[in-house]
Amino acid sequence: MDTPGEVAGNGLLERRTLMSGGIRWLAVLAAAGSTQAAGSPLAVPAWTLQPGTDMRGYGQPSPHESGIARSVVGRGGTGASRTPLESLDGTLTPSGLHFERHHNGVPAIDPAAHKLVIHGLVARPLIFSMEDLLRYPRVSRIHFLECSGNSAACFAPEPLPLTAGELHGLVSASEWTGIPLSILLDEAGVDQEARWLVAEGADAAALTRSVPLPIAQGEAMLALYQNGERLRPENGYPLRLFLPGIEGSANIKWLRRLEVTRLPGMARDETSKYTDLGPDGRSRMFSLAMGVKSVITTPSGKQQIPAPGYVQISGVAWSGAGRIQRVEVSADGGQSWADAELQSPVLARALTRFRMPWRWDGRPCVLQSRATDEQGNIQPSRQAFLASHGYRHVYHYNAIQSWAVAADGAVSNTYA
Amino acid sequence: MRDRPQPGPLRALAILLGAVVMSTSAATPGPRLGAPIDAESLSSWAISIAPDGRGLPDGSGTVEQGRAVYQAQCLACHGEQGRGGPHDALAGVDDKLVKRTVGNYWPCATTLFDYIRRAMPLTNPQSLHPDQVYAVVAWILHLNGLLPEDASLDAHKLATLKMPNRDQFYSDYGPPACGP
Repeated sequence: MDTPGEVAGNGLLERRTLMSGGIRWLAVLAAAGSTQAAGSPLAVPAWTLQPGTDMRGYGQPSPHESGIARSVVGRGGTGASRTPLESLDGTLTPSGLHFERHHNGVPAIDPAAHKLVIHGLVARPLIFSMEDLLRYPRVSRIHFLECSGNSAACFAPEPLPLTAGELHGLVSASEWTGIPLSILLDEAGVDQEARWLVAEGADAAALTRSVPLPIAQGEAMLALYQNGERLRPENGYPLRLFLPGIEGSANIKWLRRLEVTRLPGMARDETSKYTDLGPDGRSRMFSLAMGVKSVITTPSGKQQIPAPGYVQISGVAWSGAGRIQRVEVSADGGQSWADAELQSPVLARALTRFRMPWRWDGRPCVLQSRATDEQGNIQPSRQAFLASHGYRHVYHYNAIQSWAVAADGAVSNTYA
Repeated sequence: MRDRPQPGPLRALAILLGAVVMSTSAATPGPRLGAPIDAESLSSWAISIAPDGRGLPDGSGTVEQGRAVYQAQCLACHGEQGRGGPHDALAGVDDKLVKRTVGNYWPCATTLFDYIRRAMPLTNPQSLHPDQVYAVVAWILHLNGLLPEDASLDAHKLATLKMPNRDQFYSDYGPPACGP
């Protein structure tokens, strides 16, 4: 830290730098990093000299942003598509870019024909139409949703040359609006012997997961709206289970059936899949809560830093255990760390945006971020994660992501 | 469907009392728009099999019958002898558990019936008759060395079969509640 304004090694800058006396800094950096184009820089453009296009019923992104899309892996409707985290900013994911994970395609559900049943160990088995459900009290909550298979590419023995989204884009965040599940469970009258809720979707996989009743009776919601509009088909239209902080596949989409039971269903997707094989050969079931995690989204894999000088490092952090308390950033491969600015409001079980000013000196280096949540959980290094979880774990990878910056400004996935 | 025991008189009374308490409770704010539904009406949807075998239908199938069902319905995705194709391997030796098969990984045999009946075959789910499901489950268990070639499978046999890897599973909520 031999340069004024530095808070950690290799050019990480005081967070307030750009908001106070540091404006001078910015001016110096800008002058060094830009050149004025020759000729007239201020020709009046064509779009100013003629009327614009018509209004339209449902807006679309600029055609100049048409390359921003989910990366799709799989055949037909079975597989996953990932949110392009590196192309987004802020804390919410546009609904059309929310990640997808389907087990046999997206069903084309007619809401007029869709039903929800609650049965099993209840006093009154009940059936609801969508019309009924839309009359129930609703709440809105901003939360992330993450597939527990997110970041599984990081188990690969060598770092794969992928983007932030291709590696970690099975996480997205939305404002979800729906009915507190406890209201419907109370109406059905849950038996005292009951311990689990088995939820089933109306898709061709009839995807089934079991949830312990305390989770179902807690903050669980039957989501109807996503980011202000009705759920997208690929996110469960017309009705999905939403369990804040709980692994994605338990948040059953296209929800049609809730069975209150004494035992978990031991369904295929909570036994042969979505179980965590440890180094000792034992497998953990129902590892439902998502861990504390962060990833730098700019600069990140396959991006290019245009020139040495000022760079705003930015990324997202989240935890299934509550609020993000702190995100530290390192520009020297973890030798020194400094606290990033957290974008407020910091919400529980939501994406938290962090930002860190950085002066890149043009030399190769490694960027990292490390999140801590309000429960004191700290994101582990990859080495520590693999030592405790092993290489066959498949699910719940939450280790620190390292990005290598080359001398030419190219950024790539690396294992530091 | 012999899916649940008949409620005894005490249990029936408890349900009745519970219903009375619930219906007079002021704590429930819901608008109560759900309509009652009976077990008969639920039967087409309520196809989950509990790990103790509850929900398994009557019927049976043999390993030999299952081989024919497999050849016709499953082979294209899961390969000869269940060794895997475009989709998961169902059998075959892999001590390192890179390929997690029914024999080396799955904790509960009941899961096979539950999953195959609800979700297989991929292009025509819920098309198999329960006897066909028992048969193809028997064949898959046979491929994994868990049933002899001349075996037949029914609800009782399936619910009491212990899977080799069961005891390697654990959770915050206890071990797998399946098998003998």
